[in-house]
Amino acid sequence: MEFLGYFGAVFEPVSFLLLLGGTVGGLILGATPGLSPTMAVALLIPFTFHLQPAQGLILLGAAYTSTVAGGAVSAILLKIPGAPANIATTLDGHAMAAQGKGARALQLSFLASAVGGVTGVLLLIFLTPVLAQWALAFGPSHLFWLAILGVTVIGTLDGRSVIKGLLAGCIGLWLSTIGFDDILGAQRFVFHPVLGGGVNIIAALIGIFAIPQVIAVFAKGRHATGAEALRVRRHPIGRAIRELFSRVRALTIGTVTGSVIGLIPGIGGQIAGLVAYDQARKVSPEREKFGSGHSEGVIAAESANNAMVGPSLVPLLTLSIPGSPTAAVLLGGLLIHGIFPGADLFENHPRVAWTFINSMLVGQILMLFFGLYIAGLAARIAQAPQSAMAAIVLGLAIFGSYSVQNSIGDVYVMATLGIAMYFLERYGYPAAPLVLGLILGPIAEANFTQGSLIANASDGPLVYFLTGGLNAALIALVLLSVIYSVFTELRSRRAARGTAA
Amino acid sequence: MRSRLQHLPPAGAVAAVGVWVCYVSFTQRPADAFLFPRLISAVFVLLSSIMLVQAVSRRANPEGGLNRKQVANLLPGLAAILAHVFWAAKTLGFYTATTIAFFIVLSLYDPRSHKSSRVWARRVAVTAGFIAVLYCLFALLLRVHTPKGIFF
Repeated sequence: MEFLGYFGAVFEPVSFLLLLGGTVGGLILGATPGLSPTMAVALLIPFTFHLQPAQGLILLGAAYTSTVAGGAVSAILLKIPGAPANIATTLDGHAMAAQGKGARALQLSFLASAVGGVTGVLLLIFLTPVLAQWALAFGPSHLFWLAILGVTVIGTLDGRSVIKGLLAGCIGLWLSTIGFDDILGAQRFVFHPVLGGGVNIIAALIGIFAIPQVIAVFAKGRHATGAEALRVRRHPIGRAIRELFSRVRALTIGTVTGSVIGLIPGIGGQIAGLVAYDQARKVSPEREKFGSGHSEGVIAAESANNAMVGPSLVPLLTLSIPGSPTAAVLLGGLLIHGIFPGADLFENHPRVAWTFINSMLVGQILMLFFGLYIAGLAARIAQAPQSAMAAIVLGLAIFGSYSVQNSIGDVYVMATLGIAMYFLERYGYPAAPLVLGLILGPIAEANFTQGSLIANASDGPLVYFLTGGLNAALIALVLLSVIYSVFTELRSRRAARGTAA
Repeated sequence: MRSRLQHLPPAGAVAAVGVWVCYVSFTQRPADAFLFPRLISAVFVLLSSIMLVQAVSRRANPEGGLNRKQVANLLPGLAAILAHVFWAAKTLGFYTATTIAFFIVLSLYDPRSHKSSRVWARRVAVTAGFIAVLYCLFALLLRVHTPKGIFF
């Protein structure tokens, strides 16, 4: 119950204001189609430089939690999911809004999000310290394989092309080696003076997540969203609360599904929402009503995608393996403050760790309160022209990346990586493994070098890196994730060929 | 242009980068500094070769890519980004360059009429408002000193 001792830190004036700002801003950003939670968190990282580590993480955590929940507003009122995590919410949420039950759908969505979110954060509170202690048993060879496992899992997740996912991971790992070698001080791959200090992670994150979305708006041309926000009629909140607890089956399915999926590294809220929706429909006696405005659909989907948020941070805070792309960006936010996940975080920086986790718990309550009140405003902002959103994101990306080190070189890196990532994404190379390679690359290399030195003084690298129970288990997991994904890809290609024939 | 063949240039470019990384990793000194890059680049070259073979033999997934209309649509915006970042930001000054780039992007891709003076006035107001927010946030609050260039 160590976490209880750090609740006061969340309510310190600056911390609480940041939590409030992050929650309200995140709800509005989340409701804006095209602005993903990952991009919102990446754009916020430069601002955390000027804050204490705990305060910076509070801002990022609040934005992460509330952008996922805020996406439900545009899903329900505009039939456009604010983020991929809200796709399942659109199915019944918009149908409810079209029947004049928009307020009820929004209330149920935020209530279910809060229940799922609180459960997920409680899981984070009780599981993380246990797993962090377990991580103490990890030596350099294990940490090297763990970093490779992180890149491999996320690289193989997008079943369309395992090779492209792994290649993106390789590109990220290579980018992380640019600059000076830490041990010998030798220059590596410095083909332009701005790369002398290496690729700045924050500038890279902003470029990789923000610029492709800006160019995607350009590619659509002078395109109107055509979305019209449905009107919201008043609905008593007490009735929504009673309805939520009368739909306890859907709420439980959503919360459990989201929590379990969040714990699996690499799987995001998009899958959690869809899986929970599907499961809730299968076991519901009113399954034929799903898709035509059934409240159980909204409850299952929204409780799942918010229950996923807390557990997705468990592998991140204990083993440095992010549970979702947004968690990968949060890892970048931790590392820039010199804080490393694992036992070190809870032993040497308990105030940072627990204040951040507690703020996510308080943030769920704030999100529920403000979500219900600003839904109408968020829906109006979501209707703003995409060109304005693109121009705003572009401006923030340029200023944000410059402000990291007051260096125009970082802006060049941000723009170059962002433009390259747009074209890579168009041709099926995903961004998440590239980012993870960039973030985990230094951890993998430091442990590889340290392991090699130990190995040279003992039985040699092959024995050191490839033998032992934990090494074998981690290597097996790496191979399993690759083989399973290759198998899945081949099966879906065969199925697609069969359909075409 | 949407065909399996259009995956060939990106696969070729990725393979070329892989080969270059591999070449540098195995030829540069001190060798110890390139131990980890050698490991990555070997995997990089292996995977990119498979990808290239798939693209050449037209077995690449035909999804994705860009058609001519999309390329034509994105080129002006892309040119604005490149001009802003690599030339205007330093030459004209960060705020001046951002004001121009913001206004260009906002106007180029705005679905509303280009003939209405009210719409143009609104675009000017939005641009001025956004730049004022940027200035307050970065110059006054965070005290970030941006390149001034010949203007501001």
